Amino acid sequence: MNAPTPPVPGPHAPHGANSAPTQRPLADNRAPNEGDGVETSPTVSDEVRKTTCYMCACRCGIDVHIKDGVVRYIAGNRDHPVNRGVLCGKGSAGIMQHYSPSRLRKPLLRVGERGKGEFKEIEWEEALTIAADRLRHIRATDPKKLAFFTGRDQSQSLTGWWASQFGTPNFSAHGGFCSVNMAAAGLYTIGGAFWEFGEPDWERARYFLLFGVAEDHDSNPIKIGIGRLKARGAKVVSVNPCRTGYNAVADEWLGIRPGTDGLFVMALIHELLKAGRVDLDYLAKFTNAHVLVIRDPGAADDGLFLRDADGKLLAFDSVEKRAVDALSAEIHPALVGEVTVNGRRCVPVFQLLAERYLDPSYAPDAVAERCGLPADTIRRIAAELAEAAFEQSFELAVPWTDWAGRRHETMRGRPVAMHAMRGISAHSNGFHTCRAIHLLQVLLGTVDVPGGFRFKPPFPKPAPPGPKPAGKDGGKPNTPLAGMPLGFVTGPEDLLLDESGGPVRIDKAYSWEAPIAAHGLMHMVIANAAKGDPYRIDTLFLYMANMAWNSSMNTAGTMDMLTARDADGGYKIPFIIYSDAYASETVAYADLVLPDTTYLERHDCISLLDRPISHADGPGDAIRWPVMEPDRDVRPFQTVLIDLGARVGLPGLVKEDGSPRYRDYADYIVHHERTPGIGPLAGWRGADGTEHGRGAPNPEQLDRYIEHGGFWHHEFAPGERYYKMANRDYLETAVRMGFIPKAEPIVFQLYSEVLQKFRLAARGHGAVQPPDGERARIEAHFDPLPIWYVPFEEAAEGDADYPLHAITQRPMHMYHSWGSQNAWLRQITNQNRLFVHRGTATGLGISDDDWVWIESRHGRVRGQVKLVDGVNPNTVWTWNAIGKRKGAWRLKDGAPEGERGFLLNHAISELTPPDARGRRYSNSDPVTGQAAWFDLKVRLIRCTSGSECAEPQFEKLPCPPNMPAVPETSHFGESFRKEREHEEAGR
Amino acid sequence: MTSLPHATSDVRLGLVIDLDTCVGCQACVTACKEWNTGGHMAPLTDYDPYGAAPDGVWFNRVHSYEHTKADGCGETVHFPRSCLHCETPACVTVCPTGASYKRASDGIVLVDEDKCIGCKLCSWACPYGAREFDTDVGVMKKCTLCVDRIYNENLPEADRVPACVASCPTGARHFGDLGDPASPVSQLIAERGGVDLMPELGYRPTNKYLPPRTRKAAEPAPALTATDGVGGLLGWVDRILSR
Repeated sequence: MNAPTPPVPGPHAPHGANSAPTQRPLADNRAPNEGDGVETSPTVSDEVRKTTCYMCACRCGIDVHIKDGVVRYIAGNRDHPVNRGVLCGKGSAGIMQHYSPSRLRKPLLRVGERGKGEFKEIEWEEALTIAADRLRHIRATDPKKLAFFTGRDQSQSLTGWWASQFGTPNFSAHGGFCSVNMAAAGLYTIGGAFWEFGEPDWERARYFLLFGVAEDHDSNPIKIGIGRLKARGAKVVSVNPCRTGYNAVADEWLGIRPGTDGLFVMALIHELLKAGRVDLDYLAKFTNAHVLVIRDPGAADDGLFLRDADGKLLAFDSVEKRAVDALSAEIHPALVGEVTVNGRRCVPVFQLLAERYLDPSYAPDAVAERCGLPADTIRRIAAELAEAAFEQSFELAVPWTDWAGRRHETMRGRPVAMHAMRGISAHSNGFHTCRAIHLLQVLLGTVDVPGGFRFKPPFPKPAPPGPKPAGKDGGKPNTPLAGMPLGFVTGPEDLLLDESGGPVRIDKAYSWEAPIAAHGLMHMVIANAAKGDPYRIDTLFLYMANMAWNSSMNTAGTMDMLTARDADGGYKIPFIIYSDAYASETVAYADLVLPDTTYLERHDCISLLDRPISHADGPGDAIRWPVMEPDRDVRPFQTVLIDLGARVGLPGLVKEDGSPRYRDYADYIVHHERTPGIGPLAGWRGADGTEHGRGAPNPEQLDRYIEHGGFWHHEFAPGERYYKMANRDYLETAVRMGFIPKAEPIVFQLYSEVLQKFRLAARGHGAVQPPDGERARIEAHFDPLPIWYVPFEEAAEGDADYPLHAITQRPMHMYHSWGSQNAWLRQITNQNRLFVHRGTATGLGISDDDWVWIESRHGRVRGQVKLVDGVNPNTVWTWNAIGKRKGAWRLKDGAPEGERGFLLNHAISELTPPDARGRRYSNSDPVTGQAAWFDLKVRLIRCTSGSECAEPQFEKLPCPPNMPAVPETSHFGESFRKEREHEEAGR
Repeated sequence: MTSLPHATSDVRLGLVIDLDTCVGCQACVTACKEWNTGGHMAPLTDYDPYGAAPDGVWFNRVHSYEHTKADGCGETVHFPRSCLHCETPACVTVCPTGASYKRASDGIVLVDEDKCIGCKLCSWACPYGAREFDTDVGVMKKCTLCVDRIYNENLPEADRVPACVASCPTGARHFGDLGDPASPVSQLIAERGGVDLMPELGYRPTNKYLPPRTRKAAEPAPALTATDGVGGLLGWVDRILSR
């Protein structure tokens, strides 16, 4: 079966996601002569400025219509590769975010007790002087005493580099409490990952398996894609405890029990292996399935790959009957069979894999009850996957050349695609579960093939990619780190450990507690800093994460930690700088507040060096630019950071004479080079703006972006669009563009030797070994093949006292805590309910609209129940971050968010239950340090009458100084009409 | 009371909403709000927008709820709701001043604010709950089918569709002339079995809803047959592969 390549639309053809004949203007769209006086052609705007949305993390292109200096309307940019003209419920409410009364207005200096929210306004010069003096002293004495954590930052290539120039290893953004399990598991397995580094082949998939997904990962592309899949008659299967949103329109909803997805996937793998329904040719060509693994229990290299004297990986050639270079072409690799090579007993990876998952403990009957899914359903899904992958296989008539120079006339398609995100990520077994999903995709031969999961450039990269994290020495006074603070370890020798084997970083990332913590552990910074574990810091510098509310576990405890004092009366965390655009709960805990702009008032770059917005058909990046001028005394955070860096004298931020190197963030975006020719933006480089990917800085680069709609997108040639891991033309293009260092094939790591190195260290081998108390934990969780284990909280507590899983979802119209200040979005949701399965509620004597205590091992929260059928019966859930602290976000007294909305975070501990030795770890995945939000177990207690308000409650936060009054009524839009009527009258 | 017009054309403009792919994301809701609060009936007033009882004027709302089907299976439904621009709208005939009217040329039901006395009879008459009273201004407001977009010569031609249709991320909203059986939307309705909302009431809505497609609960995939354990697998895998 040949599937034609969809035609590329011409510039004037209908284009964009909604360009079907039923979504176009009327063929004759001249206004009829109705004679009712309706003005059918009003002037909409004086100007349309194209920039990038920031209403969530999806980063769509937007057309901002401006009339008389006011934002009239924000629409999706039809040319933009992310959203192709559509815009989600958040994006279209951007006006109300831009004009939110909660916008901070001027730098603030704390005047009262920390946490009381008492501030005075100060000038920027004073604010920057206070910050720079403090930072300069820290840098000159002990730079790691600056903990710089940047939250939902979309500029991490700047902020991480800034930390590196400062010389502190204590940097990360919010990935540790978001989805590092997905990123790390993907990058260590296939050299890419879901969402930002890959996407389903929406146009060619016939079968789509969707695991628990957070709304903004990724918002519009998933919605567009689901529309496309359903229009084409593909089958959509959702695996999610909750039957909401995408799950509601799926052909089949599998209401799985939280934390058991890995077990379900391994049962699918069991079935496929048992029936021989895996793609052996694909495995032999693109994976390490054939690589020989040493089988020598007790030896220092047991479980490592067999290598020759030159260090080359070896496989066994089934024709030549000898060991051969596993990564060479034209070999005949054996996937099974124990062999002895150079006196070492070895087996290929595939045999280990088959032995593992063919074990009866992974049979559908063995896992069904725990997963909450019938065994027959698991068997049927496995059969459907095999049928779609192999019986619906097709050949795309696009010639391509593989890495070894062999030409292929077609691209084989296997139309099974998968997507997974937060529901997998936010468990203490999430890393392995995500690896299992990738393993399933690879066994079916569906990664970067037509119809499967596709890489988005600059991915794939070698698995794992470089570089390694810098800062092993903990940072030296007045000295930059040797590299970026965050990176990818390849063995125990890369960990950031002090002389006694303890953590170097304040968040304990890259220590034995979280060895592959590729995004850091932002959720542990405050707890560790307050405890002085591993050491005390001086300044906590936070950006855009609401750590005193919905971004922390143990929220009440976190508020106490932020205000805790030593015996001498000083704060345990001596100084806190916070930058935010809005009066969030966390503002009250800052000593110095640096007010940020809204997303329409700033420069940004959505960079390939950072968190790209590429399409699988080609790389892309984008900018934000000030389409509106701030009407307050606020500055964009990144410009402030560059200013501070220059004041402190950071090497990369000052010229030889000590003067600032960059005027502001825009100047940095254009002129900064990470390596020669590679800068934050890939488009229109070179002195004349004709180079893309690599090229000298182009002083007019931002103008070119603005002219082209705020983004750059390069389309790959058809022959480069699939099999990127082994496609010569693609790999060469990727080198040319600066994505990868060498045009060598990327080999999928079914078996992770990196993990085995940690396990060997736990077994007493190598120079860097865990302390005795940590050996068992490392041994258990660093299995080189995906494993499943009971999430920690459940393992410790059992089901008796806390029988229910409790999880959260993000409403499709809200982005974490931001939406509740939005006059429109809060009309849609302003009180979160606890959704409880009707049958479960009946058993507990709970009725609809009852108030209940949601009790966990850690604490209790009071909220109001809504009974539903569409949820796993062992699971309760609520909307995330709707509950607010009174006084925050400029919400008025009586706002439902503060009165009746509740925050589940109060029930979640930042620590695991104590183990047999009384040791408590961060409540995280033991491999990556990913916050295990969804491990929470609870019980429900029905409240007696008279308790119709959420608990816990806290002292109302005061309003920052000189904020304008909040309107009683909003007539937004009236001015446009008045102006229009005025114009009409004048005509 | 207001009379229905003698139609001057067969054009009947309306929306077609696909319940198969609506995921309840509220995109059409806020896109509508955003366009129309500065549009023909501006503003779409918000009452107590930052307070205890936030409420306001919206021309389009999406309700998500659970429903038990005839076969006993439950489903979650996302249901967008706006004016259906009925062929025989009671909201028009009930209007004492002629403020509520149906356009003869294209069938769009509008309110002339200058004539509206805020008596709310139309909202009582509309069985679909599609009327929105602006208590601040004292007039009734409603979906205009983006009458100030679809013919707007000041917008690029491609943008001359209702805001909800342009924004819908799953492509679940469609627009066109339902009076023309050959129009793309009429063909879509025919193909997908589009239905009227509560046809028994007799208001003959112009807008149509496309029912969910038949769900593919169990694909006709042949059950997997086991090879014989590890031994069988080893035999099966033991074939010549090339790299």
